[in-house]
Amino acid sequence: MLQDQDRIFTNLYGEHDWRLAGARSRGDWDATKELIHMGRDWIIEEMKASGLRGRGGAGFPTGLKWSFMPKTETGRPHYLVVNADEGEPGTCKDRDMMRFDPHKLIEGCLLASFAMNAHSCYIYIRGEFYTEASNLQIAIDEAYEAGLIGKNACGSGWDFDLYLHRGAGAYICGEETALIESLEGKKGQPRLKPPFPAGVGLYGCPTTVNNVESIAVAPTILRRGGSWFAGLGRPNNTGTKVFCISGHVNRPCNVEEEMGIPLKELINKHCGGVIGGWDNLQGIIPGGSSVPCLPKNICDDILMDFDSLREVKSGLGTAAVMVMDQSVDIIAAITRLSAFYKHESCGQCTPCREGTGWLYRVMKRMVSGEASLEEIDMLEEVSYQIEGHTICALGDAAAWPVQGLIRHFRPQMEQRIKDYRDGKVSRAA
Amino acid sequence: MSTRNLAKDQPDSFSFTGEHKARIEKIIAKYPDGYQASAVIPILDLAQRQEGWVTKPAIDVIADLLDMPVIRVLEVATFYTMFNLHPVGKCHVQVCTSLSCWLRGSDDVVKAFNDKLDIKLGETTTDGAVTLSEVECAGACVNAPVVAVGDDYYEDLTYEAMSKLIDDIKAGKTLAPGSAVGRQGAEPEGNRTSLKTDPTQTTPMQDLAVAKQKYEESQDAARKAKENA
Repeated sequence: MLQDQDRIFTNLYGEHDWRLAGARSRGDWDATKELIHMGRDWIIEEMKASGLRGRGGAGFPTGLKWSFMPKTETGRPHYLVVNADEGEPGTCKDRDMMRFDPHKLIEGCLLASFAMNAHSCYIYIRGEFYTEASNLQIAIDEAYEAGLIGKNACGSGWDFDLYLHRGAGAYICGEETALIESLEGKKGQPRLKPPFPAGVGLYGCPTTVNNVESIAVAPTILRRGGSWFAGLGRPNNTGTKVFCISGHVNRPCNVEEEMGIPLKELINKHCGGVIGGWDNLQGIIPGGSSVPCLPKNICDDILMDFDSLREVKSGLGTAAVMVMDQSVDIIAAITRLSAFYKHESCGQCTPCREGTGWLYRVMKRMVSGEASLEEIDMLEEVSYQIEGHTICALGDAAAWPVQGLIRHFRPQMEQRIKDYRDGKVSRAA
Repeated sequence: MSTRNLAKDQPDSFSFTGEHKARIEKIIAKYPDGYQASAVIPILDLAQRQEGWVTKPAIDVIADLLDMPVIRVLEVATFYTMFNLHPVGKCHVQVCTSLSCWLRGSDDVVKAFNDKLDIKLGETTTDGAVTLSEVECAGACVNAPVVAVGDDYYEDLTYEAMSKLIDDIKAGKTLAPGSAVGRQGAEPEGNRTSLKTDPTQTTPMQDLAVAKQKYEESQDAARKAKENA
């Protein structure tokens, strides 16, 4: 189990002062100037050495992403954009980092921006997070006043401006190019790639978009060394991660743990176990609504990291663990997710716009059992017609939960249909 | 996708208050010259704070203000679901019914509104005091179920806790946001399993001089290896 001295988010539970004085007492803004003076190549190498993979869901190596930015400015300014549009069902980690540990994020913005030659950074926070935005803005103002950001940030000679931008309730804006569109004052509809944001991003300039957690862990990684971070977790899945465990556990919580912790240990140690005991477990969605759910027998010994979960055809995603016990109608649960994706599709690509609605309508019939057995195969086949046929990953994200359900819970779906035929399920259900 | 249209009945005009005009200038200053369109979402939000909802005259005023075609502002207003395109009650309650909240009893939370105020999702009380909207994931899943009243989140709700909150809303009391079970954030209830030690006892940082030397040596080695190859 991870020790407290290796935890990065030491005020994750908000019991200490989140403002500048408190943050400083916990080691934030310590020797930031010296870190900057180590040079941008060193920072990027250190991030690469840490093995940090992006914490927003896709798990792309952060250091590598930073290195894609043009090495020298070519007349166009560079931008760092922080993705704080947290809205993946199950996920609530960035929220607590921003309201309880905002200075970690601000310091990370400065260091990351310096490493990528960016003098400006925008934090795009979801509009619903009002308290979080207000805390973050107070922290930004404090940092300006203390000379930590702004002209000659931390006395390093680097000029750096940080702006907070509030969104207005669109899940799709968590997709990086949709976020850029939204920041430019448009509908949040993803752009075709290439060109990638590192070449043509915000206002047509080189831009890197990173998740809040990826940026907020950077200062600690640089202070303690990439090798410290790389020493935690497993190869290719290094470091610590904030897990959000919700649903049917006795004590739902956010907790920072080592990557690769067994799922069962995570739940039993930190959440007081599954309601009614481990044997009462039906299934778990291990990484936010977009990843396929897993049945109990896989949950028994699966490790929580990118590669382990990919091997069982699921994913770590945002590490939002949603636990469902035996009392849950799992078909209805997945249907709830289908409703979510139908609501959040931006409407740009036909397979997603039409497909998410279609999935939801068929899933509703699967809940009542008012379907034919062959329709399960058709549902799966259509989900593969959506997956990979859209500009962004929302189509994939809509398809995967349904595929996971069919893969692991097909007998329940078939039984429901048979029960409906035998009149065991009321037609009104 | 969600289809949203403007209200049929619209007021004749709209203008920002003096206070909001000053804030608008500050908002526009956040973005580079010529990219003032970036300010459209924050300014629509201001308009909504002023009127309670986004009106067509407000959209026209904002288009003019930001030098944008009206259709572009209209697109944004209809795309983002936080903008109310119809008038809402004085107290706007947004209940999350997404998976984590649903698993922890968001149906009970909705039922409290049915029982106490006789409104369902999407409805407003006849006196126009309370509107109940359904929202997708509010992003407070560990503290589920959750509702937002205005800008504030109310968490860890049950049927009883929601009923009490509704009573307070009806009585016009000031509500205390946060968890109904007294949680500060997303820590586990009861005993701590992590973050039990003093957070000011931070571990020393790496020796940057050594780190720099190591880095330069590795760069040299890489350069030499390249030259030899």
